[in-house]
Amino acid sequence: MRALCLILAFLVCALAPARAVQPDEMLADPALEARAREISRELRCMVCQNQSIDDSDAPLARDLRLLVRERLKAGDSDRQVLDFLVARYGEFVLLRPRFAWHNAALWAAPFLVLLVGGIGLLVRARRRAAPPPPLAEDEEKRLQDLLR
Amino acid sequence: MIAEIGHYALVLALGLALVQMIVPAWGARTGDAGLMSVAGSTALAQFAFTGTAFAALAWCHLASDFSVANVYENSHSAKPFLYKLTGIWGNHEGSMLLWVLILALFGALVALFSANLPMRLRAHVLAVQGAIAAAFDLFILLTSNPFARLSPAPYEGRDLNPVLQDIGLAVHPPLLYLGYVGFSISFCFAMAALIEGRIDAAWARWVRPWALAAWMFLTLGIAMGSYWAYYELGWGGFWFWDPVENASLMPWLAGTALLHSAVVMEKREALKIWTILLAILAFSLSLIGTFLVRSGVLTSVHTFANDPARGVFILMILVAFIGGAFALYAWRAPALKAGGLFAPISREGALVLNNLFLTAACATVFVGTLYPLALEALTGDKISVGAPFFNATFAPLMVPLLAAIPFGPLLAWKRGDLYAAAQRLLAAFGLALLAVATVFAVEQGGPVLAPFGIGLAVFVMAGAASDIVERAGLLRLPFPTALARAAGLPRSAWGTALAHFGVGVTLLGIVGNTQWSAERIVALKPGETVSLRQYDLTFEGAVPRAGPNYRELAARLTVRRKGEVIGVLEPSKRTFPVRGATTTEAALMTRGASQLYASVGDSEADGSVMLRLYHKPLVLLIWLGALVMVAGGLLSLSDRRLRVGAPKPARARAAAQPAE
Repeated sequence: MRALCLILAFLVCALAPARAVQPDEMLADPALEARAREISRELRCMVCQNQSIDDSDAPLARDLRLLVRERLKAGDSDRQVLDFLVARYGEFVLLRPRFAWHNAALWAAPFLVLLVGGIGLLVRARRRAAPPPPLAEDEEKRLQDLLR
Repeated sequence: MIAEIGHYALVLALGLALVQMIVPAWGARTGDAGLMSVAGSTALAQFAFTGTAFAALAWCHLASDFSVANVYENSHSAKPFLYKLTGIWGNHEGSMLLWVLILALFGALVALFSANLPMRLRAHVLAVQGAIAAAFDLFILLTSNPFARLSPAPYEGRDLNPVLQDIGLAVHPPLLYLGYVGFSISFCFAMAALIEGRIDAAWARWVRPWALAAWMFLTLGIAMGSYWAYYELGWGGFWFWDPVENASLMPWLAGTALLHSAVVMEKREALKIWTILLAILAFSLSLIGTFLVRSGVLTSVHTFANDPARGVFILMILVAFIGGAFALYAWRAPALKAGGLFAPISREGALVLNNLFLTAACATVFVGTLYPLALEALTGDKISVGAPFFNATFAPLMVPLLAAIPFGPLLAWKRGDLYAAAQRLLAAFGLALLAVATVFAVEQGGPVLAPFGIGLAVFVMAGAASDIVERAGLLRLPFPTALARAAGLPRSAWGTALAHFGVGVTLLGIVGNTQWSAERIVALKPGETVSLRQYDLTFEGAVPRAGPNYRELAARLTVRRKGEVIGVLEPSKRTFPVRGATTTEAALMTRGASQLYASVGDSEADGSVMLRLYHKPLVLLIWLGALVMVAGGLLSLSDRRLRVGAPKPARARAAAQPAE
């Protein structure tokens, strides 16, 4: 069942003739190529279902891979390459959304849950640990009666 | 005729489910034992009729009756027998029928094995179960009828999606559904407890085997799906953080938390309200998973089930059950009496910590999966949340959880001693440090994270072993005594240790695979050789072959190590003419726990072939670890305590005693 989307992605992309990263695309400089691969994993193949351009076989992904390498050869930093692509294709292209107000809930969620849960537990432990209130006079008397 | 019998049987199953929903609940309300006892027989009958419906669909598929639309769309007369069988659930309608079949199966099992359950509880559990069955039976009958006929009947079918024609994916859905639907039982128990407003340790003892069984199937299902994706999709990843994968991971995380908190409840009567919540969550997430995948909401246009009527119907089921469950929870849970007290540093405390992190991890996956949908619906902004996001958020939540695993079983109930537990883990910690140092020394400038990852994995594994060593007194007592003590330990203790050990094994595999994989992407002409780590691979040539319903082009690679031939890899590319689709079949060579992985791409005009070659160290441990976890679950399930059943309430015992 979890595979169905992958299958779709596969079907959409597999019919295209190109394959994920091909030898002819790769840069001669291994350091630059490694950076290109790293960046590719952060970018979405926009005609596929949840695939990075590094994994995708779609022609569009190939175009983007070539574009990333072109920018890198032109001397861009990783950040500049990503900025360039976001400017061109929108934030949708990033697989890791940037920190921004509209993404605040997304990024904060895990830590918020942890924080709220942790505080809740602490408060609960505190309350539990508090000594029970002292016995009222009549209760004390009953206790003494019982113990006798 | 057979299809009509199946259709009719499903309608009858719906009727029985409705009876099972209403009559026992009414009986419980009025205190009528006769009405309450209807639950068991209707559950069995409902299973029989759902089974008949499924058998009818199976017959249509196996006999290639193309007058049935479902068979026509998903089968072909030349399809191998195995895939005719698995094609039954390789489509939307059939998979939903499998879903309700498994639901009915669990209902029948509860009916059979609940003789020692209090009558009202049993009636309520089965009534809730009947309600779920009725909703999904109705869903199938109204929107996804698998028995619809075609007239005139076509001569030949359109074949099953080739990607589904694989043994891994063939057994994946049943396993996954056994997990998903298995959590419906703990859900029903939680609902029944809330309706009655009473819950105790015995409740946890009844629920735990069902939750454990569901968890085991889900673990197997996820592992199987992951392995399938690894060898079939052709780029060697084992987890893609795909929404569909996340849909199965969320109930798993909630279910894992449920297993742990149910332990606390059974042993100490604490965390009652929380355990109920987790039981509701685990099944709600299973339903959400079904909704995400079946409604097509994730994929908008390109999907199997993109009929909006279906999506809306499942959404209604979702809202009714999840909303109803939470409303009932909000109403009744505060009335439940809180249980035993415990200090923060204690076995209970450790299990609470486990729950906190698992819940946070589950929330991360949930938000990450649904945030893009919500954002698009609310503001129209389109964003993507993919693997890099999950790796950045999920991993930091897992590390403290994993590091805490070995401490849990070593802490005492109520009030534990962290210092004493740490002392007992000294050996495990030493081993972990040794592993870190060794990896650093051997690696010499490899990935920095790898040594620590390996160290953590070793700590988890050694910690699990320490627990058994400590309990058996293997280092303190004479060896035969210790051995006898180890054999005498409850199976649940062995199960816990084994399952935790499995977590370490999986982690080892993940670290090895993500940190040390080597990759070569090359275009080779026949006779050319490429080296990958210590292996040399020579491309001998491409061989065309024919299968029963496909053609393939296999690339033959001879693998040599130090000049010696150690085997052949034959990755291939299959073309299925009926659908005009192609699949990649990766070739794998297992060396210990590591694998050589080859997948073939296009062939060029000059006779060269595109190849992706990987060396994946320790990769098999990822799935082996899952198997070890399941083995731990199985051992725990076989514990005498769970088989014998809960002790009878005091009243019953008193009645059985002779009068004095």
